[in-house]
Amino acid sequence: MATEAPAIVLDKVNKWYGAMHVLRDVTMNVAQKERVVVCGPSGSGKSTMIRCINRLETHQEGKIIVDGTELTDDLRALDTIRREVGMVFQSFNLFPHLTILENCTLAPISVRKMPKAEAEELAMDFLRKVKIPEQAKKFPGQLSGGQQQRVAIARALCMKPKIMLFDEPTSALDPEMIKEVLDTMVGLAESGMTMVCVTHEMGFARMVADRVVFMDRGEIVEQGTPTAMFETPQTDRLKLFLSQILRGH
Amino acid sequence: MSGSIIDPRLANARAAPKRGMQLSWSDPVFRNIIWQTLIVGLIAGVIWYLAANTVRNLEVRHIATGLGFLSNTAGIPIAETLIPYDPATSTWGRAIAEGILNTLKVALVGIVLSTILGTLIGIGRLSKNWLVAKLTAVYVEVLRDLPLLLQLLFWYSLLQGLPGPRDFRGSTSIVFLTSRGLRLPLLNWEDAHSWALVVFVVGLIGTFLWNRAANKKQDATGTKPAVWPVALGLLIVLPVLVWAAMGAPWTLDVPVLKGFNMVGGGTITPEYFALLFGLVLYTASYIAEIVRSGIQAVPKGQWEAAGALGLHPFAVLRLVVLPQALRVIIPPMTSQFLNLTKNSSLAVAIGFQDVVSVSGTMLNQTGQAIEGVAIIMLTFLAFSLSISLFMNWYNARIALVER
Ligand SMILES: Nc1ncnc2c1ncn2[C@@H]1O[C@H](COP(=O)(O)OP(=O)(O)OP(=O)(O)O)[C@@H](O)[C@H]1O
Ligand SMILES: [Mg+2]
Repeated sequence: MATEAPAIVLDKVNKWYGAMHVLRDVTMNVAQKERVVVCGPSGSGKSTMIRCINRLETHQEGKIIVDGTELTDDLRALDTIRREVGMVFQSFNLFPHLTILENCTLAPISVRKMPKAEAEELAMDFLRKVKIPEQAKKFPGQLSGGQQQRVAIARALCMKPKIMLFDEPTSALDPEMIKEVLDTMVGLAESGMTMVCVTHEMGFARMVADRVVFMDRGEIVEQGTPTAMFETPQTDRLKLFLSQILRGH
Repeated sequence: MSGSIIDPRLANARAAPKRGMQLSWSDPVFRNIIWQTLIVGLIAGVIWYLAANTVRNLEVRHIATGLGFLSNTAGIPIAETLIPYDPATSTWGRAIAEGILNTLKVALVGIVLSTILGTLIGIGRLSKNWLVAKLTAVYVEVLRDLPLLLQLLFWYSLLQGLPGPRDFRGSTSIVFLTSRGLRLPLLNWEDAHSWALVVFVVGLIGTFLWNRAANKKQDATGTKPAVWPVALGLLIVLPVLVWAAMGAPWTLDVPVLKGFNMVGGGTITPEYFALLFGLVLYTASYIAEIVRSGIQAVPKGQWEAAGALGLHPFAVLRLVVLPQALRVIIPPMTSQFLNLTKNSSLAVAIGFQDVVSVSGTMLNQTGQAIEGVAIIMLTFLAFSLSISLFMNWYNARIALVER
């Protein structure tokens, strides 16, 4: 195990929507540079958990510590965490009124106070990494879904985050576009980024994940290496889930 | 964009086949021409009939057509005037000009105030604060559901119920809200004020230029030099210094009770007040809904994505949400501005002398019905077209290039 402090600590996190208990005593550490894939049936709380990590949702009980900063109502802590944690959404959420380049430079300029020319250079670097520098002057609506999702990844990377969160980044995409986005994510994993990724792409999990976490009904039911999880599942719930996933594919 | 340059990609493109027209009912071009000829003919016939009829009626009643009457003495009193007006000597032309100016005064001030109020209430409806959200919702429902005329009469009669000027005898106040309107102290205008104003306007231009320079600097270095100290200096400190250097004149024309009425100071008549108040409150309820739906039309994911990138809520609103919301907001907002302007003609009901009211009086006294109605129509047409043109220009300026 790494000797450094963990990148993310979740300690007995509980969350309710009204009376519905959606996160139950979720406890999990993510080490620096670790790559965790989260899976589980629909409604099991995967999105809620990952969104608690950058405080798009607030938890009611327990502790969340991201890169040494505990998430509280303190706005400065929130600022710190938002700068260090990038997020990619299922529905891309690019800004439709801005060009691809402007989508990428908006936050560096307005949050990191970076000179415009420098921000544009940085953005072009990342757009080259996700292999769409030639689209920089276009608007999001003119791009395919796969291209949009790659822009969303580049946009998040422009803030130079230490941790990247992905919430089902490929489930809104057509099969032929899934690969281009997964390739981008594999490249990111190889560069040593700490990643928490909600996905049902088992191939991706096998290739890059250090650990797979299985959630059901708001709890972490089982976790382990991809091989252990997929080949020798221990719990009935995971067995059932895997059989459903495999049938679906 | 010259037609003579042939794009090589179009080398083997060919022109669309030309279609000739057939003189047959089954040919759509032929059919359209017949229909259009029929409709134009019908409209021309109706206009000719109306015009001939009118001319004959006017002849029978010995009414001269034309705008010559505008230079005759009007002889009617006008309570609120923006340009000098004397009932004994001023002409109908001037009386109607007063009416047009009064309409303009209500429409312009009304549009500005209802936009501000409506925007605040619209944002209030989205508030997480339960009380604010509920109160603004009740506001919108109540004001939107009651007829405007009723609301105007309500505010007007409420103002009529205020104590009369005489009831303020012995009062040391300098602002009086009486049944004859709101009386305010006025500043006695002197050269020093004019110069301070000139300096202020120059300062406004200076601030604008500084802001542009600051934006350039931000592009280059990443940090934006502060704008507010410059704005403070140019817009407040400098004008005040100029005013002080010229002797700091500061005398007020304070309203005082003389006999049964107030003299001195400036007045906002109860008619204007009620009309403006009623129009603003009513129109704001519609604008609030437009603003609310415009902001809600921007998906929640936009807030989340921008927030996840580290932008603060205000920056998200300014850089991400408003630019998208405005495209939805502006077209219906234009309609509300036009509605407010046209609704101002309900002034007649509470005796505010707008263009409709003055033209109506003119029409009764001189019989120049066609001219009177034409003046009203042209006034509103001119106002409406100006508003539409301005809003279309603004909309085009902020429009999305692509989506
Ligand atoms: N804003 C909300 N208000 C109320 N309930 C919510 C809200 N968001 C999520 N839920 C509920 O919380 C539970 C967990 O939702 P969550 O979105 O985290 O599931 P998920 O594991 O991401 O599912 P999926 O695979 O469908 O994305 C679900 O039962 C869902 O209905
Ligand atoms: Mg989800």
